[in-house]
Amino acid sequence: MTVATAERSTLATRNGAHADGAKPTPVIDVRGITKVYKMGDIEVHALRGVDLQIYPGELVAIMGPSGSGKSTLMNILGCLDQPTSGKYRLDGVDVEKLNDNQLAEIRNKKIGFVFQSFNLLRRTSAIDNVEQPLIYAGVPPRERRERARAALEAVGLGSRLKHHPSELSGGQQQRVAIARALVTNPAIILADEPTGNLDSRAGAEVMCIFQRLNSEQGITVIFVTHDPRIAQHTRRIIRIADGQIVGDEPVEEQLIACHGEPLKY
Amino acid sequence: MPIYELVRLAFNALGANKLRSFLTTLGISIGIAAVIALLGIGTGVQEYINQQFASAGTNLLGIVPGRIQRGGPPSGFGQTSVLTVSDYRAVVNSVPGIVDHAADFTSVGNFAYGSKTSQVQVSGVTPSFTRVRNWPAARGRFIEEADDGARARVVALGTTVVKDLFEEGEDPVGQVVRINGVPFRVIGVMESKGSSVFGDQDAIAFIPLSTAQERLFQQQAQSKSGERLLSTIYLQAASDDDRLFIQAAARTVLREQHRLRPDQEDDFSIISQAELIETFGAVTSVLTIFLGAIAAISLLVGGIGVMNIMLVSVTERTREIGLRKAIGATSSAILSQFLIEAVVLSMIGGVIGVAIGIGGALSISNFVDFQAVVQPGAVLLAVGFSAAVGLFFGIYPARRASLLNPIEALRYE
Repeated sequence: MTVATAERSTLATRNGAHADGAKPTPVIDVRGITKVYKMGDIEVHALRGVDLQIYPGELVAIMGPSGSGKSTLMNILGCLDQPTSGKYRLDGVDVEKLNDNQLAEIRNKKIGFVFQSFNLLRRTSAIDNVEQPLIYAGVPPRERRERARAALEAVGLGSRLKHHPSELSGGQQQRVAIARALVTNPAIILADEPTGNLDSRAGAEVMCIFQRLNSEQGITVIFVTHDPRIAQHTRRIIRIADGQIVGDEPVEEQLIACHGEPLKY
Repeated sequence: MPIYELVRLAFNALGANKLRSFLTTLGISIGIAAVIALLGIGTGVQEYINQQFASAGTNLLGIVPGRIQRGGPPSGFGQTSVLTVSDYRAVVNSVPGIVDHAADFTSVGNFAYGSKTSQVQVSGVTPSFTRVRNWPAARGRFIEEADDGARARVVALGTTVVKDLFEEGEDPVGQVVRINGVPFRVIGVMESKGSSVFGDQDAIAFIPLSTAQERLFQQQAQSKSGERLLSTIYLQAASDDDRLFIQAAARTVLREQHRLRPDQEDDFSIISQAELIETFGAVTSVLTIFLGAIAAISLLVGGIGVMNIMLVSVTERTREIGLRKAIGATSSAILSQFLIEAVVLSMIGGVIGVAIGIGGALSISNFVDFQAVVQPGAVLLAVGFSAAVGLFFGIYPARRASLLNPIEALRYE
């Protein structure tokens, strides 16, 4: 894969170390995180002390009913929001007490977001959409183009570079969004119900991409889903209720989305 | 973020909604076009006036009865303030440095030729008038000494009078016209001066001064004490310095002539070309500023249009802003993006406006006598001003965009 970089190879080494039984460094290390919102006089405890470690190369699903606090957790993991108390280390960086600009940089460099509703820029070609995070990273135009092309090829859209979102199917749009999340070589990809707006066929397409990125490139993927079948594609399911983690178990029989078929380019 | 990235983003965003961007731009375009056209016309008028005065003769002084106050109507009309032939003689004889001089007595006459009539100004003038006013006859000749000495009934017509009385192609020279019933032989047709700030300068006819005072306007041209009156005395100086000296000296002589006490004001006015140019210059620049202010108001309206559209755009693109923040845009990057977008929007309007304004100013020149002058400074000012409008009216929407909470923005429907 053309996207492979030095960072990726360290990830691979860490995975190797994990296999040898040595204690690896978690890419996400959350300890005793709480989040309290004040709505007028009422205090809403969205998170009541969450501990969570996710290691490089994991593929994790977070499940829970609405109002359980999983969105809040995702926002905190994504550095869009900061915890009221507790510690959060992302890829070795202490995230709490960072200012807004530093958080923006963390989001740019360490995290790739994938949303339920894709959030692509309309009237903007696939490759231009994928380039956006690199603009904020200050990557020069030529390199940007190359990296965006490589990321789109990695999700099987090498022949759709100039297509606009309106000319792509839902599954293809989500793959553009995944390419956009990938292009900065982030430490983790955070996906919020990435298959929520897709039919089962397109959903499988997206899961296939995640599984391949995860297994072939060792990219850490964490996503929220309501769909137990989708969650079965991961190797670990974390369940949240009432602002606390109530379940954290490995997946016994992992579903494989790709069916061994090569992706159409 | 480098500026060219921001400009590229701005063009992408504006291109995404071309009609709306164009309509918003239009407000600025109209404002800037108005500013450019009005300033161009103002400058053109000013240069035109200067030319008019220059063609009337430089270093020329005119003395008229009554007191003309700058910026107000002439006072002293209806009073007994008059200029007489003896005033004229006294000034010409006792003030040194006068290169040339002339005098006129002007009233209105009813012209008749065949079945056609016309009512125009009749000026009885000294033969020197044609030199002093730099106004020769185009055909035939002007009034000469012999005509004045003989109180001859001869007339040199302005082109408007010729048009009023004669058929196209008919030669007026040698024909006889009647002025207030008295037959006059046409000896010449004056060069056309065109119309100016003074009105139609060609609606005039010239006869010898003596003929006017002693034959045609005998009653009007006589003071109570029986002296012959004048409407204007012209004094030509050799230089600017001379003009100032002659102005002062002539004033002293005339005050003596009119027996004015030191505490009395002048009952005559000495007007110099230079002062007239200044006065008209002041008038036109006030006009230009006034018109410019109206244009600036339209620019203000255009600016509010930009702000309005930017606010709409920020609301519409809330999710885009949330996304940009999620993928690493800082608040200041968002602020710059929307600010540059507003500036680009107004500057496109500015550039279009400059083009329309120059086109408008130049095409107006086809319909009027003067040539509009668009100065490069005005163009720079207009483009700079349009950028400033974008900056000013863009700040509030851009700030709103930059302050959006990314979580809420991403959830925005």
